[in-house]
Amino acid sequence: MARAVSPRRRMIFTVLAWSIAFVIFFPVLWTVLTSFKTEGEAIHLPPKFIFFDWTLENYAVVQERSNYLKFAMNSVFLALGSTFFALVIAIPAAWAMAFAPGKYTKDILMWMLSTKMMPPVGALIPLYLIFRDLGLLDTRGGIIAVLMLLNLPIIIWMLYTYFKEIPGEILEASRMDGASVGKELLYVLAPMAVPGIASTVLLNIILAWNEAFWTLSLTTKDAAPLTQFIASYSSPEGLFWAKLSAASTMAIAPILVLGWFAQKQLVRGLTFGAVK
Amino acid sequence: MATQQTRALGRIAVAPSVIALFLWMIVPLSMTIWFSFLRYNLLDPNPACSLLTPGQLLDEANRCFAGTTNYYYFLTDPAFFKAMRNSLMLVGWVIAISVIGGTLLALLLDQAIYGRNIVRLMIIAPFFVMPTVSALVWKNMMMHPVQGFLAWITKSLGLGAIDWFAHYPMTAIVIMVSWQWLPFATLIILTALQSFDEEQKEAAQMDGTPPLSFFWYMILPHLARPITVVILIETIFLLNVFAEIYVSGSGGRAGNLPYLVYQYGLLSNDIGGASAGGIVAVVLANIVAFFLMRMIGKNLEG
Repeated sequence: MARAVSPRRRMIFTVLAWSIAFVIFFPVLWTVLTSFKTEGEAIHLPPKFIFFDWTLENYAVVQERSNYLKFAMNSVFLALGSTFFALVIAIPAAWAMAFAPGKYTKDILMWMLSTKMMPPVGALIPLYLIFRDLGLLDTRGGIIAVLMLLNLPIIIWMLYTYFKEIPGEILEASRMDGASVGKELLYVLAPMAVPGIASTVLLNIILAWNEAFWTLSLTTKDAAPLTQFIASYSSPEGLFWAKLSAASTMAIAPILVLGWFAQKQLVRGLTFGAVK
Repeated sequence: MATQQTRALGRIAVAPSVIALFLWMIVPLSMTIWFSFLRYNLLDPNPACSLLTPGQLLDEANRCFAGTTNYYYFLTDPAFFKAMRNSLMLVGWVIAISVIGGTLLALLLDQAIYGRNIVRLMIIAPFFVMPTVSALVWKNMMMHPVQGFLAWITKSLGLGAIDWFAHYPMTAIVIMVSWQWLPFATLIILTALQSFDEEQKEAAQMDGTPPLSFFWYMILPHLARPITVVILIETIFLLNVFAEIYVSGSGGRAGNLPYLVYQYGLLSNDIGGASAGGIVAVVLANIVAFFLMRMIGKNLEG
C-alpha cells in the first residue's frame, strides 16, 4: 500500500467489510453448519451456531436414501464431457481466428456471441420434442450436447482473448525456422496457451455444473445431475432440513472451491473480455 | 501475414464451431416459429380446427394451421401480463440492487482493509451456489415463517414472523436472486476499480480533492463501462431466471415469462401456445441483445 491510511480508518473499514461479507456468506455457512446437526436441532429456535452435537449421520442418510453418488457422477460426466467436446472444436476455431483472422472473423465472433442471447425458452419446445422422438430424453449424451453448445460461444471467446495476447512474432519466428503448422501448434503455441485453456476449462465446468434450466427440463432419473437431485427435495416429507443441508453442501462444495480459484477468469469470461 | 494455405486451414478450423452453433440456433428457432402458428396440443389429438382460421388439417399428428391465434391468446392471456410484469420487476430490482450495492461494496473492498482476500472469497461465494440449492436454502432455512433464520431475527426484534413466499413471493425471489448476482457485480466493478491509476488517486489526495467529487468526476466515469457490461449481462441472465422460481414453488404468483412458457408447454402440453410465448421471449431478449452487442463490438475496436 503506497497510500498512508490512518489506523482508525483502516479498522472501521475492516469491520464494516467483514460484517457485510459475513451477512452475504451467511446462508452458505448456515447450510454447512445445519448439515452437521440432527433434524431436531436444525429447526431449533433460538438457532444453535456451534454448540450442538456434531454428527455425520445426515451425509450417510442422504447417500443411502437418494443415492447422491449417482447424481454426482452425472454432474461430473456432464461438466467434463461438455467441456471436453467443446474444447475439441473451440481450440482450432479460436486459434484460427486469433492468428489468421479473415475479413469476417469479427462478424463471426459477434454472431457466435449472439447465439448466447437466445432465451432457452425459445428452444425448449422443439428441443424437448426432438429429444423425445430420438430417445435422447434423460440420456447423458443428449445433455452433454446441449451443454456443450450452450457454452461453446463463451469458450471460443475466452480462448480467443487469451490467444490474442500471445505475440504473433514468436509464431512468425518459428515459421521462419521452418516449423510446420502442426509443430507450431505443439511446441510454440501450446505451452503459451495452456494457462488460458486451463482457465477456460475451469469456468466452463462451473457453468455446466450449475446449469439448471436444461438439466431440469430434459432429465428425470438416469442422466439427472445434482441440480435435479436437489430439486427433488422441494417437496419434503417430515423433518428434512439437516438432510437438505447435507445434500446441498455436497452439491456446492466442489464448485465453490473451483470457483474461488477461478475468480479472475470469471470476470474475463463472463464479460467477454470487456473487463479484464 | 496469413498465407493462402493458412487461410484455408483457418476456415476448416472454424467450420465445425460455426456449423454446430448455426444448427443450434436455427433448427429449434425455426421449429418454434413454425409451431407457434399451429394448433398443436399433445393431449388433444383432434383439435377442432374448423373453429379456427384458416382451419385446415395439416398432417397425421393432427396439427393444424392456426394463423396468429396462438399469439392472440398468449398476448391477451392475463397470465402474460402478470408474467411480463414479474419478469421486468425481477430484472429491474435485481439490477438496481446489484449495481448500486456492488459499486458501494467494491469501493469498500478497494480500501486498505485487513484480510481483503478472505472477505472477497466470502462475498463471491453465492455466485457459485447452484440455483436449485439457493432456492431451497432460502425458502426453508432462511425464510421459513416459523423456523427460518429470518423469522427468528424479526421475532427477536419484536416484528413478528413474515411468511415471505406466501405473502411477498416477488420480494422473496428478488432477495434470493440479488444474493446470487450482487457478488458478480461487485467482482466486476472491483476488478475495474483496481485498474484505476494509483498515481491519479495519490495526486487527488495531495490536492485535497473532496472524496465525493473525486468519486463523481474521476471514479464513476472510469466505472461507466464495467457497469454497463454488468447491466447488460445481468439482463440477459435475469430475463431467463427459471430454476429459482420453479424449485421454490412460487411460479403461481411470481412466475416470469420463462416460467409461463414452461407452464404452457410442459405442463399444459399446449405446444402452439408455448411456442408463441417462446417467440415473444426471443423478441424481448433480442432488443436487449442489440444494445449489448453494440457495446462489446465497440470494445473490440478499442
